[in-house]
Amino acid sequence: MSFLELLINGLRLGSIYAIIALGYTMVYGIAKMLNFAHGDIIMVGAYIAFCGIQNWGIPPVPSIMLAMLVCTVLGVAIEGLAYRPLRQATSLAVLITAIGMSYLLQNTALMIWGANTKSFPTTFINNSSISVGELTIPSATLITIAVNIVIMVSLTLFTSKTKTGKAMRCVSEDRGAAELMGINVNRTISLTFAIGSALAAIAGVLMCSTIPSLAPTTGSMPGIKAFTAAVVGGIGSIPGAMLGGILLGVVEIFGNYYISTDLGDAIVFAVLIIVLLVKPAGLLGKPMREKV
Amino acid sequence: MSENYELPLLKVNGIHVYYGAIHAIKGISLEVYEGEIVTLIGANGAGKSTTLNTIAGLLKPRQGTIAFAGMPVDGTAASKMVYKGMSLCPEGRRIFQNMTVKENLEMGAFSRPKEELGASMERVFDLFPRLKEREKQIAGTLSGGEQQMLAMGRALMSKPRLMMLDEPSMGLAPILVEQIFDIIREMNQAGTTILLVEQNAQMALSIANRAYVMETGRISMEGDANDLMHDDNVRKAYLGN
Repeated sequence: MSFLELLINGLRLGSIYAIIALGYTMVYGIAKMLNFAHGDIIMVGAYIAFCGIQNWGIPPVPSIMLAMLVCTVLGVAIEGLAYRPLRQATSLAVLITAIGMSYLLQNTALMIWGANTKSFPTTFINNSSISVGELTIPSATLITIAVNIVIMVSLTLFTSKTKTGKAMRCVSEDRGAAELMGINVNRTISLTFAIGSALAAIAGVLMCSTIPSLAPTTGSMPGIKAFTAAVVGGIGSIPGAMLGGILLGVVEIFGNYYISTDLGDAIVFAVLIIVLLVKPAGLLGKPMREKV
Repeated sequence: MSENYELPLLKVNGIHVYYGAIHAIKGISLEVYEGEIVTLIGANGAGKSTTLNTIAGLLKPRQGTIAFAGMPVDGTAASKMVYKGMSLCPEGRRIFQNMTVKENLEMGAFSRPKEELGASMERVFDLFPRLKEREKQIAGTLSGGEQQMLAMGRALMSKPRLMMLDEPSMGLAPILVEQIFDIIREMNQAGTTILLVEQNAQMALSIANRAYVMETGRISMEGDANDLMHDDNVRKAYLGN
């Protein structure tokens, strides 16, 4: 494979990580918690899309929309039932609840869809490819990268231009002050989970179109890597999630090819360690400012 | 106050507030009438901020009632209070540091219809011309005095009937303190009722109509601000002479 091809593959994988990382980073920024069940929402989204296309005879695009809807409802329900009662609890209690939620989702998926790995239908994303000189780029890659860009741009516009988006930034900065403005903090947090979970469904479909094997544990490794991406980029920062995701995807693909396939994951986490040693707040993260 | 036959805008009746097991507020009652400037003075830790935060709905009283404009509001969420016409400019300013001055003001008007935004912004810029100059600047880069002005401007954006100010003079140079107090007086003259918490008792009493003195969770004295300023006990304890 040529360097350019590897780079494009890296961008594709990185785009998927970036979309997942957005969910982590937004929830962390606004609810100040790590939602470790986020990776499993991806898996649920992929299963719903899979069932829609394969079993229920729904066309691909409506299937993906159905997956987004189910994940949105699931994400909001998880927040309301599991995390909201712990709003005043220690962060450790919330973290453990999130890990428990992750196992709950995986095991529920195991009960519903079984342990057998399902082969995700990849042909529904147009199987053609585009040739540029020597280079052949599958259209799925282009779609993945394009979807990522669209999501980034819309989220950036949403948080910088709309009243609701600005209210989200207020909650992220100072929950108490946001309340004094009249912003309903609980509703804002729900909305964050809704957006993050809908994005997770998209990421699930894009991921399974890249690596077409689907099992109840499918979401956990990409989830952890995307979390790493969010931390590398600076958790809480939307452009940081983008940068971290792309960086990690590219590093993983290059690492697999040039160094060793066995070490791919190790290299990804080594990047995390190095970045955190040099810049503890992440690449685009703001160091904790002392309140005056 | 016997000469006031009208209903108070704010009536706090025997509230008790706890932080866990700590009994912070031990039965406080106070009243604020439309158009007044009322100040709550007292030493550090007397419970002044706790009282304001409870009125604003950030803390829940375990006992007692709070009525605003004749309606009971105790137990109402802080985010609903601003819709009722009450605004708190909190201790330590708590402006949104990573947002611009303009965005901070917009968020102050979160509870108001969009059409009002321009006019409210103009009103705030009239009071604080400095904010107009710094409109596009990130709030965290403002000086302390400017940040206080922004916090007050932001609180004013919701067009409150009652504006509560928590230690607006904190950490400011004396010249700025005077400026801030002038603006509080101006806001009051423009029709906003003020409940002011201050450690700078001298300044607070000089602009207030009435005052309450707090001591360890209780109100120890109350009355006309001018009388309290000349009261020997108050002078000794809070005015330093």
